[in-house]
Amino acid sequence: MGSVSVIDQLKKTQILELLEQGKRIDGRALDEAREIKIEINAIPHANGSARVYLGDTETICGVKIKPDRPFPDTGDRGLFICTAELLPLSHPTVETGPPQPHVIELARVVDRGIRESHMVDVSQLVIEKNKSVIGVFADIVVVDYDGNLFDACSYAATAALLTSTTPKWNWVDELPQLVEGEETPLPVSTIPVSVTMGKIASHIIVDPNGDEWASMDARITITSDSDGNIVALQKGGSDGFTQDEINQCGEISVRVGAKIREVIKAAQKGSQ
Amino acid sequence: MGGRDAKMVLLDENGVRCDGRKIDETRRIMIRAGGLKNADGSAYIEFGDNKILVGVFGPRDVHPKHMSNTDTGILRVRYHMEPFSVGDRKNPAPSRREIEISKVIKEALEPAVMLEKFPRTAVDVFIEVLQADGGTRCAALTAASVALADAGIPMRDMVAAVASGKVADTIILDVNNEEDQAGQADMPIGYMPSLDKITLLQLDGVLTPEEYKKCVDVGVKGCKVVYELQKKALKDKYFGSGGN
Repeated sequence: MGSVSVIDQLKKTQILELLEQGKRIDGRALDEAREIKIEINAIPHANGSARVYLGDTETICGVKIKPDRPFPDTGDRGLFICTAELLPLSHPTVETGPPQPHVIELARVVDRGIRESHMVDVSQLVIEKNKSVIGVFADIVVVDYDGNLFDACSYAATAALLTSTTPKWNWVDELPQLVEGEETPLPVSTIPVSVTMGKIASHIIVDPNGDEWASMDARITITSDSDGNIVALQKGGSDGFTQDEINQCGEISVRVGAKIREVIKAAQKGSQ
Repeated sequence: MGGRDAKMVLLDENGVRCDGRKIDETRRIMIRAGGLKNADGSAYIEFGDNKILVGVFGPRDVHPKHMSNTDTGILRVRYHMEPFSVGDRKNPAPSRREIEISKVIKEALEPAVMLEKFPRTAVDVFIEVLQADGGTRCAALTAASVALADAGIPMRDMVAAVASGKVADTIILDVNNEEDQAGQADMPIGYMPSLDKITLLQLDGVLTPEEYKKCVDVGVKGCKVVYELQKKALKDKYFGSGGN
């Protein structure tokens, strides 16, 4: 989004001057994420859903679960597919049409964070080996933009998956047949949390808002799992990081991610 | 891309990998600067069984014009795999994976290229993967840096790249295709040695915080090895110190 949103040069200067004093434009600490509000089951027609507000960034994820054919080389595993889309109503610069590279990157990074954490236990999603498996589709839309879509989309997908239930299918006459009224929670093994950090000059800030996002020189998104392991990472933007900064970002992501995981868990508990 | 042997031993008791390498050893690397007549700069790399050709054009006029920037030049990168480069035929249209890799490589090269010296122009980098065998984005980035230097475009440093990863609970350098498919983690790294800046970094796979640090360290050390080969390729072309 950085390349398309317009920001006043004065604001950029102000953001940098404040950072030189250790302050941020919205008063947060450097390693402080914005307030996260999670609304579970926002879309009752979905098998699981969540609306997430990360500050003024708003995303909705709906999970749909249905029988599907397995990939030829993984007949013993269900499917997990995560997509992300910027809706044209989310920002004046967003246009309809095929997705821009930054949106493709967004969807792939969010998908990778959840996939590589092995959050969804796809080995339990088999109806008939090599013939029919359960597909889990987490589709995310961005409704309102104020920076850091990576994390807002990731939290929406994670919260939606955590609270999803899957129908049951039996294999009858070479076809999957729905068993009415037998829904079980989606098998989930861990809670991945992504933490995106921006670099402005030599300052590292957690969860950049829209103005900060437009002022960043580089960014890094690191996803950690419930055990505090790092499971996925993506660097972006037109500058680099020193090795020390990369190590520092790794530590921040695990520490801040643990706090955010509690917010997601609380939302999950509140929905039960 | 197709695993060749499902029961392959990725790392044996003597610390030898499936293709005979040690844990901190790269595959065979051959880099050639130049080679294309029409491009302003070019490079060819063989990195293990990867074979990648890179051509650079520019700085030149920007088409479409609205993409041009009055303050700086722009860098455009296209990473593309030939249909015959992998096991099954690949659809020649750019996939989402190729679009993402193009963007990641572009952002890895931008810190190295002094684009601000060429406002209103574009530098186009075309990467063609002729044969793929794991680690194409790193090999492509390595070759693209050499091609940009070959085009005479002012640069702060070259970006050298190689992946580190985790296989059989061990941190290794230069993940090959089999290790990527069956291993535990893959971390491609692009690094500018003279400036100590990491400009490409991705990871998939599970690492403890300690392994994470070690993985970055092993990758950065590997990049320094690749960097020497990049410099040698340029020296060979421009100073003729031993032909290739």
